Amino acid sequence: METDSIMQDPWISLKAFTTARIALGRTGTAVPLEEVLRFRMAHAHARDAVFSTMDIKGLTTQLQALQLPVLVLHSLAADRYEYLQRPDKGRRLDDASIATLSAAGSQAGSDVAIVIADGLSATAVNRHAAPLLQELLLLLRDAGLSLAPACMVQQGRVAVGDEAGALLQARVVLVLIGERPGLSSPDSLGIYLTFQPRPGLTDESRNCISNIRPEGLSYKAAAGKAFYLLQESLRRQLSGVQLKDNERLIE
Amino acid sequence: MGYHYTIQSTRYRFDDLKTLLAKASPFRSGDALAGLCAGSYEERVAAQLALADVPLTQFLQEALVPYEEDEVTRLILDTHDAGAFARIRQMTVGEWRDWLLSDEADTSVLQQLAPGITPEMAAAVSKLMRNQDLVSVARKCEVVTRFRNTLGLKGRLAVRLQPNHTTDDPKGIAASIIDGLLYGSGDAVIGINPATDSPAATVTLLQMLDHLRQQFNIPTQSCVLCHVTTALEIMQQAPVDLVFQSIGGTEKTNRSFGVSLSLLQEAYEGALALRRGTIGNNVMYFETGQGSALSANAHAGMDQQTCEARAYAVARHFKPLLVNTVVGFIGPEYLFDGKQIIRAALEDHFCGKLLGLPMGVDVCYTNHAEADQDDMDNLLTLLGVAGCNYIMGVPGADDIMLNYQSTSFHDALYLRRVLGLRPAPEFEQWLQQQGIMDELGRQLPVQASHKLLLEVGNMK
Repeated sequence: METDSIMQDPWISLKAFTTARIALGRTGTAVPLEEVLRFRMAHAHARDAVFSTMDIKGLTTQLQALQLPVLVLHSLAADRYEYLQRPDKGRRLDDASIATLSAAGSQAGSDVAIVIADGLSATAVNRHAAPLLQELLLLLRDAGLSLAPACMVQQGRVAVGDEAGALLQARVVLVLIGERPGLSSPDSLGIYLTFQPRPGLTDESRNCISNIRPEGLSYKAAAGKAFYLLQESLRRQLSGVQLKDNERLIE
Repeated sequence: MGYHYTIQSTRYRFDDLKTLLAKASPFRSGDALAGLCAGSYEERVAAQLALADVPLTQFLQEALVPYEEDEVTRLILDTHDAGAFARIRQMTVGEWRDWLLSDEADTSVLQQLAPGITPEMAAAVSKLMRNQDLVSVARKCEVVTRFRNTLGLKGRLAVRLQPNHTTDDPKGIAASIIDGLLYGSGDAVIGINPATDSPAATVTLLQMLDHLRQQFNIPTQSCVLCHVTTALEIMQQAPVDLVFQSIGGTEKTNRSFGVSLSLLQEAYEGALALRRGTIGNNVMYFETGQGSALSANAHAGMDQQTCEARAYAVARHFKPLLVNTVVGFIGPEYLFDGKQIIRAALEDHFCGKLLGLPMGVDVCYTNHAEADQDDMDNLLTLLGVAGCNYIMGVPGADDIMLNYQSTSFHDALYLRRVLGLRPAPEFEQWLQQQGIMDELGRQLPVQASHKLLLEVGNMK
C-alpha cells in the first residue's frame, strides 16, 4: 500500500519508546492510507465491543464448570442506547431481577458476591471473566470464604453491584465489568470491590483493578490483587479511598 | 417572575430564567438526563421565542444560583462592567443576536463589550443562534494572550502538543514531543496529562520539558496538567510555566474538583511571582466541558451549556493564556453523538470568545459516543473558520493514556493548509530556523541528522 507520494519520517526508531502513533509519515498534510485504515479498524473493534452482548449461555457453562451457580439479571436500561444515555438506569436492577435476588438472598448471607456486568465491553467479559474467576475462586475457596451465586447483569454499570450485593446480603461485592474500550484495548476487564454494598454508594467507596487482559494485567496477577484487597476489606471493614491509601499493590 | 409564550391555544410557562434557558437549549442527552430539556419541539421553540424577548438587564436582576449561596454568582455580578454593558443595555436577547451579527459589532467593538457580558447572557444568545451564527460572531472576536509567544492573532492557529504516556516515561513522552515539534505543533503549550498526580513525578516531567525547551530555544511554554494544589506545592522547586486546573460553573462543581476561587487566586499570584513569561503575564491554563456540573450533581437546575458558560467567568477572572473545552471527552450521556458534540463545541467557543477568553477546543470523542473521525474533521474545519485559538495535537489522534481520540499533528497541518492559517509568529520563525517549515508554511523534509532527533537517544 506504500506509494512514492508518501514522505516517510526518519524517526521510526523512536517508536521503541512509546506505543503512541508517532512517525506516521505523510502525504501532503495527510496521514498515509495504511495508518488511516489501521486506525479505522481499531475504532471498529472498539465500537463492536461497545455493542457486543454477553454470551450468557457460554458464560453459564463456564461458571458452572467452576461449581459456581449463576443468576441471570438485567438492569433497568432496556437496550444499549438507553444504557449509554441513562447511566442511572444501568445502575439499578429491573423488577424481575430484584425478585430473583430477593429469593436467593433470603437463604443466607455470604462473604463475597460476584457480579459480572457487560459494562462498555461485553467482549471483555466474554473473553476474560471465566479464566479470571478460575484463578480467583481457588484463592477464595482456600481461604474458606463463602460465595453467593454469581450474577450476570446485562446492561449493567459498576454500581448495579451495590444493589445485587445488598439483596444477596453479601459482605463484599466484586463486580467484573467490561471497561470503556480504547483503540488498543477493546477487551479490557475491570474489577470493582465494595464493602457492605448498598444502593447509593459512589466511586469513593470502591477499589478498582483495571486493564485485565493478556496484554495488560494477567489473570493470575489480577486475582492476587483482588484477593489481597478482599482480605484487607473484610479485616478492616471498609473499602474505597481509605483502603487504597494503604495499599501499595494497587497503584 | 415567570416567562411565557403562547402558540395558538397552548400557553407555555417557564417558572424562572434558568428553566427558560434550559428549555430553549438545543437538545442534548445531558439535559435529558437531568430532566431539564423541553418536552417537545414546539416547547423548545416557544422557549426560544420567550427568551428572545427577555431584556439583557434581566440577567443582572435574576441570579440563576442565589448570590448568597454561590461564589461564582458573586464573581459574575460583582465584577460586571456596567460601563461596557451600556452599549447593549437597552436590548433584548433577540435584538442582541441581530446586533452581534451586524457589521457594527466588529472586532474592536466586541473586545470593548466583553467585560459587560455575563456568561448567562452569552449562553442565552447562543441558544437563539444557528451554528453559522456561532461561527460568524466568534470569527469577529480576537483574544490575544502572551507568555513566551503570541497566541490568538487572527490568521493564526496554535496547537497544544499533548505527548501523554501510559506510565509517564520521560523517553516515551519525549518521543511524542519530538514527533509533534517536527510536525509543527507545540506553540500553544507542550502540555502533559500525567498518569499519576504525584508531586515527584510532576517535578521530573517539568524539568524534562524545561530542559528540552531551553536546549532548543523553543519559544513556547510547558505545563504538566496536575491539580492546582500540586502545582502550588512544587512551584518553588520546579520550573512551572503555567498553572493548570479543571474548573466548572458553580461553587459546588469547583468543590468537586477540589478548588475554590481563593485557591485559584493563590495559585495565580504564585505563578505570576515566578516571572517566567518573557513577553507576557498570562500564566493560567483552564479546561472545562459541558456536563461536568451535572456529573458532580452540582448543576443547581441549570442546563449544561449555561453551567459551562459560567465556568468561563471563573477562567476570565485569572487572565488565562489558554482555555479549552474538552467537548467530547465526557461521554454520550452528556453529548450523545457527533451532532451534539459539534453544536456544543461551537457554543463553547463562541461563548468563551464573546466573554474575552482565549478559547481553544479539544476536538474529541470517546469510543462509546456515536461519533468518528468524520465528525471530528467537520468540527475541526468549522472551528478553523470560527477562528479557534488552538486545538490539541496528539500523535495519530490517539491518546494512549486518556484513551480517547483527539486531533493529530496532521490534523493541525491540514487545517493550517486549507484555511491558510499560520502558527504563532515566534514559533513560526523557530520552525523556519529549524528547517521544519518553509516561509509559505509548507512542511519540509526532515533529515535523520536533525538535532531534535538526536535528543531522545541522549536522554537518560
